[in-house]
Amino acid sequence: MPEPLFTVENLQVEFRTDDGVVHAVDGVSYTLEKSEVLAVLGESGSGKTVHARAAMRILDTPPAFITGGSVRLGDMELLTLDEEDMREVRGSQVAMLFQDPHTALDPVYTVGEQLIELLKARRRVSKREATEVATALLGRVGIPTPRERLKAYPHQLSGGIAQRVMVAMAVALEPAVLLADEPTSSLDVTVQAQVLELLGSLVAETQMAMVLITHNLAVAVGLADRIAVMYAGRIVELGPAREIYSDPKHPYTAALLRSIPDIQIREERLPAIKGAPPNLLRPPTGCAFHPRCPLADDRCKAEVPPEVEVRPGRWSACFHADEVTR
Amino acid sequence: MSNRPTSDTEGAADPLDTVEGQTVTLWSDVRRKLKRDRRFWIAAVLIAIFVGMAIAPQLFFTDSLDPSQCELSDSAKGPSHAHWFGTDILGCDYYTRVVYGARTSIEVGFVVGTLIVTIALSLGSASGYFGGKTDMIISRFADVWFSVPTTLGAILLLSLFGGGGTLAVALVLVFFGWPDMTRLVRSTVIGGKHRGYVRAAKTMGSPSRTIMRRHVLPNGIAPVLVFAAYTIGGAVGGEAGLTFLGVGLRLPSISWGLQISIAQTRFTSDPYLLFFPSLFLSFLIGGFVLLGESLRDALDVKLIEDA
Repeated sequence: MPEPLFTVENLQVEFRTDDGVVHAVDGVSYTLEKSEVLAVLGESGSGKTVHARAAMRILDTPPAFITGGSVRLGDMELLTLDEEDMREVRGSQVAMLFQDPHTALDPVYTVGEQLIELLKARRRVSKREATEVATALLGRVGIPTPRERLKAYPHQLSGGIAQRVMVAMAVALEPAVLLADEPTSSLDVTVQAQVLELLGSLVAETQMAMVLITHNLAVAVGLADRIAVMYAGRIVELGPAREIYSDPKHPYTAALLRSIPDIQIREERLPAIKGAPPNLLRPPTGCAFHPRCPLADDRCKAEVPPEVEVRPGRWSACFHADEVTR
Repeated sequence: MSNRPTSDTEGAADPLDTVEGQTVTLWSDVRRKLKRDRRFWIAAVLIAIFVGMAIAPQLFFTDSLDPSQCELSDSAKGPSHAHWFGTDILGCDYYTRVVYGARTSIEVGFVVGTLIVTIALSLGSASGYFGGKTDMIISRFADVWFSVPTTLGAILLLSLFGGGGTLAVALVLVFFGWPDMTRLVRSTVIGGKHRGYVRAAKTMGSPSRTIMRRHVLPNGIAPVLVFAAYTIGGAVGGEAGLTFLGVGLRLPSISWGLQISIAQTRFTSDPYLLFFPSLFLSFLIGGFVLLGESLRDALDVKLIEDA
């Protein structure tokens, strides 16, 4: 069987703080094929962003340490690559898109300078060629009058346009994998939809694979082929997006689905997930979700449930996967 | 946040006037804004005049006015047609002597400015970029140094080693003045290291050298330049102050501080002796302060739209 395009296997990341060790990412595994979109869904602190930064090896060490696992692009192991080779991989093979475009763009350079510099440095083209490519890129991400926008400073752009510029930079070197870290969370709802649509069409056009990190279930279902639900540093459920939406196999996913407001039903109060996200300095014993889980029993408190393939292509880390209802 | 257009369909904030086909660079933009800033021109003219006085003082007076032509019989005469600023106690032409005083001030300003910026950029960026032990050693040292009162320390040093020349006064000012800017550079570099665009540049594969040169330094250089202008102004004042206190320059040196110091004893009878050197001193310091302020605004890209 050929190697998948992008493999994350049993990835472990810990933060060594003064208060103790936090296992921010605790054994995350998935694979990704060409043109595939995998949504990594989770709440703040679930480890979804940390796992992507670990894959890019841009975490600040200390306090963060990658303590185990493997991240492979084809058959190339990224975690043990020397820094110089890893630098070549970044941007041109694996690129990243950030949540807030206004902090990810350097305020002292125009959009054009940032894009052209990137193309000149990595593609070794002349300034004239780079300018042409940059203009074409801005046009491709749906920016009207791209030639004029090259001369604009980041603060002169609206959030949506700035994020389109970031998308243009992220795909400028035609990466095989794009890690999009909450790419629409800082944008207005109407603009969110436009940027998601753009990302979807770029995936279809360029056949790149995308990991879409989000806390928004609707975003995940709308764009992703598959969804990986993360809780307390682990993937608790993984499967095709539609199936997860219609038939969750983990109580956490089910609870998330129940907390989405339904426009058809007039409810007094939305059902929220009771309890608080786990303190990762002192994680619960057994299944990390058991203190908040309606199905929890003694076994859940004692043992960590392994990820089990409950149906072909459907994985769940729950002892009671069969009892979960939407 | 406030000046950001929120609608996605809205156009760029304003059309930037640029040469066709060329992107605007930060520095061309800074130059453009400085050209429009009246404060910058006032500062530039003031500083140019005083630098001119320092380099070629003879250009500022005719042969009829000679600083070495002193007539004791003319002692302390008020301003007149022959002597624009009057004469000093020894009967020398006061205008030419005040003009000659510019050289001392400019020399001190130049030496102190250059040395402090060099020290601050090297120690501050090393401390901020490498962090850890390097940072701890440099920062603690700067903190302890900073706690020494400058005036007291300078008086002590200068009186211990006895009236040095201009250079000695400048070095003493550097000796006690470097921690301020070093701390500024350090905090700027630390602040810049964790910005989103630094992380973004890293994920796009930029080497750390490039990131430092292209992203961290340009974003942090504005406060350093501004502070440098103020530092030079402060050094000019510092020399005058130390000289006035009697520990800086001594006769026969020519310095505004020295002139002010001598003039103070005769303030009630001959106020013009105090007035003219003070006026020149204020204009020079004011020039550097204005330069600092115009730089501060020109280097702030967020103000582009208002320019």
